[in-house]
Amino acid sequence: MTASGRLRKAFDEKAFIAFITGGDPDMEATRRYVKLLVDTGVDLIEIGVPFSDPIAEGPSIQASSARALQSGTTLDRLLQLVLSLRTQDLHTVPIVLMTYLNPLHHMGYDKFFQQAGASGVDGVIIPDLPFEEHGEVRDIARAAGVCLISMIAPTSRDRIREIAREAEGFIYLVSSLGVTGVRSDITTDIPAIVSQIREVTDVPVAVGFGISTPTQVAEMSTHADGVIVGSALVNIIATQDHDTDQRLTDYITEMVASLS
Amino acid sequence: MSGRFGQHGGQYVPETLMNELHNLEREYQLAQEDPDFGRELTELFNQYAGRPSPLYFARTMTQDLAGAKVYLKREDLNHTGSHKINNVLGQALLTKRMGKTRVIAETGAGQHGVATATAAALLGLECEIFMGWEDTQRQALNVYRMELLGATVHPVTSGTQTLKDAVNEAMREWTTRVQDTHYLMGSVMGPHPFPLIVRDFQAVIGREAREQVLALEPKLPHSVIACVGGGSNAIGIFHGFLDDGEVNLVGCEAAGLGVDTDRTAATIATGSLGIFHGMKSYFCQGDAGQISPVHSISAGLDYPGIGPEHAWLHDTGRATYVPITDEEAVEGFEYLSCTEGIIPAIESAHAIAYARKLVPTLPSDESVIVCLSGRGDKDVAAIARYRGQQLEES
Repeated sequence: MTASGRLRKAFDEKAFIAFITGGDPDMEATRRYVKLLVDTGVDLIEIGVPFSDPIAEGPSIQASSARALQSGTTLDRLLQLVLSLRTQDLHTVPIVLMTYLNPLHHMGYDKFFQQAGASGVDGVIIPDLPFEEHGEVRDIARAAGVCLISMIAPTSRDRIREIAREAEGFIYLVSSLGVTGVRSDITTDIPAIVSQIREVTDVPVAVGFGISTPTQVAEMSTHADGVIVGSALVNIIATQDHDTDQRLTDYITEMVASLS
Repeated sequence: MSGRFGQHGGQYVPETLMNELHNLEREYQLAQEDPDFGRELTELFNQYAGRPSPLYFARTMTQDLAGAKVYLKREDLNHTGSHKINNVLGQALLTKRMGKTRVIAETGAGQHGVATATAAALLGLECEIFMGWEDTQRQALNVYRMELLGATVHPVTSGTQTLKDAVNEAMREWTTRVQDTHYLMGSVMGPHPFPLIVRDFQAVIGREAREQVLALEPKLPHSVIACVGGGSNAIGIFHGFLDDGEVNLVGCEAAGLGVDTDRTAATIATGSLGIFHGMKSYFCQGDAGQISPVHSISAGLDYPGIGPEHAWLHDTGRATYVPITDEEAVEGFEYLSCTEGIIPAIESAHAIAYARKLVPTLPSDESVIVCLSGRGDKDVAAIARYRGQQLEES
């Protein structure tokens, strides 16, 4: 099956997508958390590649990126981790990397996408690579069989159809203005944006940014094909005490159960 | 507008900002075609900012260095004390035109923050400034100035707590309130169209300087010298001479403790191609593509990147970029103060330092222009500290 096929299959039913920062607090913990996420019923895993200056992130993921860099996490080591997860006991659950463009550019786009494809990475989300600049990596990603995930924001308006037409794997619909982080209210008209997307493509739509409660999961998953939860998980992981893993399990279990 | 300077430039920003960048590009084009906009800006330049700024013949410095004649383009005499006001007045007028009511900006040394707060006060805009915590300590007086002008100053405590982090935080804030807010970018950096807009508003420096020097000298200068962080004063003065192939354009980067140390901010000397803050250009970065912490005594040059047009001028060889250390800059600061009675901004002192090396090697029928981008009152306490003296300001 192609990466695009694997990603779409994750949305056969409403999908719960979990984001964690790779290497926070260290690489072994990330290996453990990925397995925990899979065992808890997560449909798709998004691993954040830590960057020194994550301009699209709020305080939670900024802090977790800093912890991950502190522990020596690099793009190289994360690709090795994905490969070893794939060759050992994991599985078919799709994995996407969320990374800023500069680490990829620094490694070399050809080398990165070849290794990502070979390691079993299904897709890449690049928050500082908007539609107009996709040409930077599009062909290289395609040749390596890695999906370039497109983002659509509340401000996209006339760009929605244009972006959706080119989308592959799934569409990351940004729920709110601003940066990542827990929010009490999401005021964007998500159904209106989803219906514009639906006019041009049947690629699944996942809503992310600010989702942290079962109520939000229930509401967003009625409008879209899946929800993405990041900062709330990162906040639990940040605690690192005796019951962190248990609280992570309990929280995700409740969230997954709230999918409509 | 292609948004590219060779391979550099582009728009590497979150999707949330893309429509706004397109809107800004459209609005800027309309403003340029509108004679009223140009008239209003020129009037503000002349009546409010004190333009044109003089091209001053530095007689003592010329005698002392015993080579080419030295001219100083006195941007330090502008209202608010630096070239930053040129760009700020242009973008503030553009903000009003777009019907926005609020501006945000990053600042390093505080010059751009003060200029932005000034224009916001003048034109009745709400103003919030993001400034690295470390810089708020280095430049406490400027923090107070901004507050006095009605701005809110947000000390940024993330990352290295300097200019780069102030830009990060301003970009985050912009994605949060993009509808009513204009990000008043302070240098020729960031995503297209900012490098172009800021350059156009700063190009007045070079236009004036070229006309002024030709009124005083029989030929164009041998060299035009300016300091470069993001590079707005340099691009502004360079643009007056870009088509004059015989004029050497020299950008002075902040080498900090030296380009062979990791305490440097010299991007051309030590950086490599990358993508950051919305643009493709040269950046100081580590092995895994993480942006490096940089160092300069000058808060205004303490930045790990350089504007995309400078990166391109470097690629094509049209401009040359030289590193100047903290020590050389401080010596330049002291030198200009006691030879000409002009206290330069520590940023501009990097250009003075290079002039001191170059001028003695040139014949007396040549001239050089140094862009004196700002005045140094803000730096006096920090330079005293650097020299081991503690000043009590209160």
